[in-house]
Amino acid sequence: MSLSTHTTQDLLDQLQSGQLTSTELVTTCLDRIDAHDERIGAFLHFEREPALQQAAEIDRRRQAGGTLGALAGLPVAIKDNICANGTRTTCASRMLENFVPPYDAHIIERLRQADAVLLGRTNLDEFAMGSSCENSAFQQTRNPWDTERTPGGSSGGSAAAVAAGMTPLSIGSDTGGSIRQPAAFCGVVGMKPTYGRVSRYGLVAFASSLDQIGPFANDVTGVSRLLEVLAGHDERDSTSIDRRVPAYSQNLDQPLDGLRIGIAKEHFVEGLHPEVEQAVRSAVDVYRSLGAEIKEVTLPHSKYCVAVYYIVAPSEASSNLARYDGVHYGFRAEKFDNMIDMYSATRGEGFGDEVKRRIMLGTYALSAGYYDAYYLKALKVRRLIRQDFDRAFEEVDVIASPVTPTPAFKIGELIDDPLAMYLTDIYTISANLAGLPGVSLPCGFSSEGLPIGLQLQAAPFEEERLLRAARMYERETDWHTRRPAMNSNSAS
Amino acid sequence: MSELTVDDVKKVASLARLKLSGDDIARYQKKLENVLSYVHLLDEVDTSDVEPMAHAIEAVNVFRQDEPRDSLDQAQALANAPQTDGKYFLVPAILDEA
Amino acid sequence: MKVTTVVGLEVHVQLHTRTKIFCGCVNRFNPDAPNTQTCPVCLGLPGALPVMNQEAFRLSLVTAMALNCELARFTKWDRKQYYYPDLPKAYQISQYDLPFSHDGWLDVSSEDGETRHIRINRAHLEEDAGKNTHDESGRGGDSQVDLNRCGTPLLEIVSEPDLRSAAEAKAYLEELHLLLTYLGVSDCNMQEGSLRCDANVNLHIEQNNGETIATPIVEIKNLNSFRGVEAAITYEADRQQEEYSKTGRKLGDPGVEKETRGWNAERNVTFAQRGKEEASDYRYFPDPDLMPVTVSDEQLAEVRGSLCEFPAARRDRFEAEYGLSKYDASVVINQGEKFADYFESVAKGCGDGKQAVNWVTQNVLRELNERSVTVADFPIPADVLAALLQRIVNGDLTVKSGREVFDELLSDHDKGMPPSIERISAIIDEKGLAMLADTGELDSLIDATIADHAKAVEDIRNGKLQAAGPIIGKVMKQLKGADPQTVRERIIERIQQNS
Repeated sequence: MSLSTHTTQDLLDQLQSGQLTSTELVTTCLDRIDAHDERIGAFLHFEREPALQQAAEIDRRRQAGGTLGALAGLPVAIKDNICANGTRTTCASRMLENFVPPYDAHIIERLRQADAVLLGRTNLDEFAMGSSCENSAFQQTRNPWDTERTPGGSSGGSAAAVAAGMTPLSIGSDTGGSIRQPAAFCGVVGMKPTYGRVSRYGLVAFASSLDQIGPFANDVTGVSRLLEVLAGHDERDSTSIDRRVPAYSQNLDQPLDGLRIGIAKEHFVEGLHPEVEQAVRSAVDVYRSLGAEIKEVTLPHSKYCVAVYYIVAPSEASSNLARYDGVHYGFRAEKFDNMIDMYSATRGEGFGDEVKRRIMLGTYALSAGYYDAYYLKALKVRRLIRQDFDRAFEEVDVIASPVTPTPAFKIGELIDDPLAMYLTDIYTISANLAGLPGVSLPCGFSSEGLPIGLQLQAAPFEEERLLRAARMYERETDWHTRRPAMNSNSAS
Repeated sequence: MSELTVDDVKKVASLARLKLSGDDIARYQKKLENVLSYVHLLDEVDTSDVEPMAHAIEAVNVFRQDEPRDSLDQAQALANAPQTDGKYFLVPAILDEA
Repeated sequence: MKVTTVVGLEVHVQLHTRTKIFCGCVNRFNPDAPNTQTCPVCLGLPGALPVMNQEAFRLSLVTAMALNCELARFTKWDRKQYYYPDLPKAYQISQYDLPFSHDGWLDVSSEDGETRHIRINRAHLEEDAGKNTHDESGRGGDSQVDLNRCGTPLLEIVSEPDLRSAAEAKAYLEELHLLLTYLGVSDCNMQEGSLRCDANVNLHIEQNNGETIATPIVEIKNLNSFRGVEAAITYEADRQQEEYSKTGRKLGDPGVEKETRGWNAERNVTFAQRGKEEASDYRYFPDPDLMPVTVSDEQLAEVRGSLCEFPAARRDRFEAEYGLSKYDASVVINQGEKFADYFESVAKGCGDGKQAVNWVTQNVLRELNERSVTVADFPIPADVLAALLQRIVNGDLTVKSGREVFDELLSDHDKGMPPSIERISAIIDEKGLAMLADTGELDSLIDATIADHAKAVEDIRNGKLQAAGPIIGKVMKQLKGADPQTVRERIIERIQQNS
């Protein structure tokens, strides 16, 4: 069998009906990883045996007629910044190369309860800081559509793994677009839920007030299925909200009557690739043809998003990453003169360039004399950005926009220009600053054959409406069914 | 403004406990200054009556009950440490006694 | 040249909760099994998150209320960032610009008996760090880190620099200790570090020209006994005076910064300490992992309703209600809540506050010291002592006999017999300690007998007390069960009265 022709729902149906066993499915995935991952580099590490054992156990329970979880037998790949008890969790950093958490993240518990098979750990930019997987300390993930190009980031490994048919489902984390941007670059569906919808307990923190875990799949249904498992209150995360989780996949195929789609003029400005603009505008036309009302909205502070983000995120990161100091866990430098030198040498050697740059930036923004001008100022503009959205969502149900200004860029293209790299997050950052849910779904291809993503954003906790709106478009188009040609590098 | 001197970069590196080479410092100085001057875009926004927004959601009073949970055992607590004696985390001598 | 010592104290109190402030690990002093009371949260493991312990916050409100503080309606948590091996996250969750309470006060009796009103700047809630142990051999061996203590809820109570001597600082700390113990918010065990103190000290020196200069402020870190506080401040005041006379350096001079010093309790000196961070720039910012807290009127009323009577108020009430002197009231109150409760039960039971205070501050306290027990383990229950004292108050027993019964009750206890009200009567009977119910009967019998023994009376008057023997014998014969000693005393008394 091949994953590339099957949706998550197909696979679930086949598993349920007995046409397919989890062992077969997991074997297929593992074989595909073996065949292609040397070239793609989506996975940092995985173990065949535990995954197969888990699959066999689920098959056995299914045969015995036992009750099974919502994702029973489906493989899920996990971004390597989410802790699982006894599984190395590296954050693609030398600092945590050998770190083995003694506990499960909340979402790992949820996945285990749902009888998902934990397939392996996917690559990312170190500590989720980056947009290209170029900042991984261990390997470069390549875009399955064009291996000269990045898969996006930071959850590039998770996006590439789904695109390459190595897993039907994967998990990422999104701090400034780290799920939606790689989803767009790799031509898959990726979603960032409302802040507080999914527990962050066990997600290695990058920027705590922005981080959110979310799902990847080949289609909106797959993402909805996975989100149903991930979402929900967790008393171990003070920022997790105690609110009912709707059955997102239940009414997914019912079109929304009177859907109001917002278009912000601020999103269609200089720097946007014409083919991306064309694809997004065509997608809006599809909604129009489905009877949706298209309204122009204004988000006057959106041009400040990147500036706000690159103060808030590094400030929080500088604090969150202070704990990696060679004392209680992780890397410690071999040579140092004394205690303080041990700290500095450890951190100097253990972190990569981009991480150090952001720690420096954040430390500076919080330091005496600069706090008000940078950090406090950024928090105030952040509120104005949120207020823009609050006003817009009084007028419309979802806002449609590009995910990224361009399709996937080439490996090495932006690595020496951090600011240019940061500006590629311009469309995704505001959802994190405002705490909104956002989804990225395929809406076309560039003339070079690269996927283009459509972003839909909604008001907080409107995931159900957001996913139904996304599905409305998906039903009318076939972009999501296209797969990259996977020329195996191994003889077959 | 945004004049980030080499001394500023050294001071920040010391605060952040990052040992940087001379080359690193020069590189970081340039790149950080780029970002900071971009951030000064915010100066044009009037924020005089705006409350800072530190959280993405507005929730208050999140508490846990004062009920014990299992702790890790000693071996688990120390398992990831670079240096221990089986009971304690070990670090190079801390010198603060005169 | 008038020199005044000016002191402000920062007191750190570990709150007596079952679990730590942000996780479910038990909050228990346990240095013998290092790193056994930790979890991903208090180890600061990647991905772990803090959740505020509601009881820790409640105890904080209780304390701040008792310290007459203003309580903030909105409060939040901030990260204070510095590197130290006992701080695994490399930041301490604390409160910076919006502490939950501020502007309170505590009244303290100074040496001269005056009441001093000490202002409290703020009280805020934070997490305690772990504990580092250094190689004492001097060979520069590795330091050890134990994180059992890490995450213990810690209340920091910051006074204004209103204290004017080492003794006053000690008295403030003692009063605070008493109050916290009364409130039950902390066990205040100073040996175990549940109450620790930093002292900010400088001198105000009045010059001959009438101008006053201030010496540079020194913060003495980590004082963990009452005596230590007093001794360290005394030492530091002397040292600063000497330093000033040598260098003339004063507060506000260019280059003069606040200095941090440690206290060496063995050598009785303060010593210069290296700063933890060269330039302490803590880069405080709101902790994004914790939500702010709002406090409503209803909540405050509820906490207020749950408060006990504070020591200062109780001291005043004891003076008014039981007629105690200021001194006696202080002695009783300063022994702690349980002792004051004991006193109050005895006083109520016997109906005489003065009698009760004499007994509890003398006999009871002496026994407690000799037996090295607290009043909770004192063998004579309050109702039994009250019953005993009632007999004295009623004139059934002399004070001297009362002491005999008291001692007998204790030796009963030591023999495994519980002291009881019934035993009091039995002891009085066994020892014949009862004063006769109707002294008139005894006196008229004595008078009648004396009249028959003119010679003996004459002898007694002349100091030959043994001449009383026959008279005693006669009286005793007619009054069975009377205490011969009492009868003897009474006969001599009557003869001498009638002379």
